[in-house]
Amino acid sequence: MFDITPTNARQWSRLGSRGVFGQAILAVAENNPEMIVISADLGNSSGLDRFKKTYPDKFLNIGIAEQNMIGVASGLAKEGFNVFATSFAPFISMRASEQIRMNLGYMEMNVKAVAIGSGISMAFLGNSHYGIEDAAVMRSIPNLTVVSPADCAEIFKVVEAASKFKGPMYIRLTGAVNNPPVYTEDYQFEIGRAITLKEGYDINIVACGTMVYESLEAAKILEEQGISVGVVNMHTIKPLDAQVINKIIRKSKLLVTIEEHSVIGGLGSAVAEYACQFKDIPPQLRLGLPDAFGKTGEYRYLLEKYGLVGSKIAENIKIFFNNLKC
Amino acid sequence: MDKMSYSEIVDMAKLMRLKMLEISYNCASSTHLGGGLSMTEMMACLYARILRHDKKNPRWEGRDRFILSKGHGVLGYFSALVSAGIISDEIYNTFQTNESDLIAHPVMNLNLSIESSNGSLGQGLSMAVGIALAAKKKNAAFTTYVLMGDGECNEGSVWEAVMSAGQLHLDNLVAMVDYNKFQSDGVADQIMNLGDLANKFRAFGWDAHDIDGHNIIELVNSLEAPKVEGKPRVIVANTIKGKGVSFMEGNNEWHHNRLTKANFDLAVAEVSNSAITLER
Repeated sequence: MFDITPTNARQWSRLGSRGVFGQAILAVAENNPEMIVISADLGNSSGLDRFKKTYPDKFLNIGIAEQNMIGVASGLAKEGFNVFATSFAPFISMRASEQIRMNLGYMEMNVKAVAIGSGISMAFLGNSHYGIEDAAVMRSIPNLTVVSPADCAEIFKVVEAASKFKGPMYIRLTGAVNNPPVYTEDYQFEIGRAITLKEGYDINIVACGTMVYESLEAAKILEEQGISVGVVNMHTIKPLDAQVINKIIRKSKLLVTIEEHSVIGGLGSAVAEYACQFKDIPPQLRLGLPDAFGKTGEYRYLLEKYGLVGSKIAENIKIFFNNLKC
Repeated sequence: MDKMSYSEIVDMAKLMRLKMLEISYNCASSTHLGGGLSMTEMMACLYARILRHDKKNPRWEGRDRFILSKGHGVLGYFSALVSAGIISDEIYNTFQTNESDLIAHPVMNLNLSIESSNGSLGQGLSMAVGIALAAKKKNAAFTTYVLMGDGECNEGSVWEAVMSAGQLHLDNLVAMVDYNKFQSDGVADQIMNLGDLANKFRAFGWDAHDIDGHNIIELVNSLEAPKVEGKPRVIVANTIKGKGVSFMEGNNEWHHNRLTKANFDLAVAEVSNSAITLER
């Protein structure tokens, strides 16, 4: 259906997460007669323009009404359709959070709620459009699986896996155009199974979404300084892959979590909540967006401002790590 | 399913009211009696005559779907299910006991013919829109019914759903509004006046019927009227909150309240000797 190659990875990166989501859903729909994709009037912005031309009967623009979108999606799912409901992250995760709680959580309807442009990739559109609390809200709803792919290749993997997955899911798409790829060749992907990209013995980083690539960059810098750093792609934020956490907390002097999300309630919190039950665990440094509505700017500018690029991540980890030694 | 006559439906409504009073009293806690009693004739008509269902096979694919959007109306819902023989007395009598499947709001349970979980207002119509749309896509012949409250129509999501049903031309969808003109805190038009509700639906492309919601003939006629091509139907059923029990009628203290022995005895006597007949 799709081949992960260096060339494709480069092309997908140029297309960005929304365009690739559109391609992935188009590819998956071909073998999925029951699929329906709903948008709350953001079809074009969500990379779905080709999808709606190719499959007019499988596409529904429900209007600017996210609450109704989730209800309609659940009614379709109840009757056997495989439904993807899409909108920008804050609107689908929070405007319709109670509908997601009732229909997807409580009734376990087979709906995939897809959050486009989560994190801070909306740049100058500002805080109204940022998805900085969505993982926290969605993670707290029982029965909901929460997934955040690391790059464009993983968006293909997630969409394909989600189309076969029976049950409700929240898919958190981060990144804009030109986010560098993590994957340039095929790999095994499974919902709920974290991927250890690099083993390390001093520090282990657990990341999701765009921060997986930045963590690898940070690890490289720290390795050059003689610190052994591991990186885990925790693409499934809920349920958390406990096995991988169990393994790394035994061998790390420091655990780091990184996410393009508020430091409150997301991946960092999930890891901390899990790890705190054990004795003699390493300290955890939670990196992410601050608990604040700040001034806005270009995407890359904001990532740098909040220390979410490889060099800054390395710098901050090193300071924290050195202070630990004192 | 044998269709009941009008007078049999009147009798079923009376039985339903007695059943509601009985489990309300027996569960020894507050229940939503006012809104349960106002919807009684609507539910009796649906389960006695309108809904296609198979009580031996509640999951039958061809069944009509019913969603109680005003989730607190479970007394009117469960009493209809037990009176129609869909759930047993044994299950019915577990109402509001620990671990029961029957609580103060519906919990989805297809084996008991409960199609959806509700309780958070303003959500049922959206799901019904999705089900009706699915039926169109599958060329399935069933009809989707949803019962809403008037207070519930304060929720913006209701109007999102109303708009979408009109836009999608869902003539296989029937919404009923229990327009009893009270909500939790009091008189509806003093809290959030809905005005001419039927015309509001018409403006969004619906076939709207404005009727007496306790009149079996008007209810059946509007439910059985030929569908208007391309238009969802709404039945704005003007009702009396607490209908059938003199001290509850129009008295919003019975929105959610607990029966004493004296209340219970009086209510049962009034319903048993009910003057509610086949109104013509």
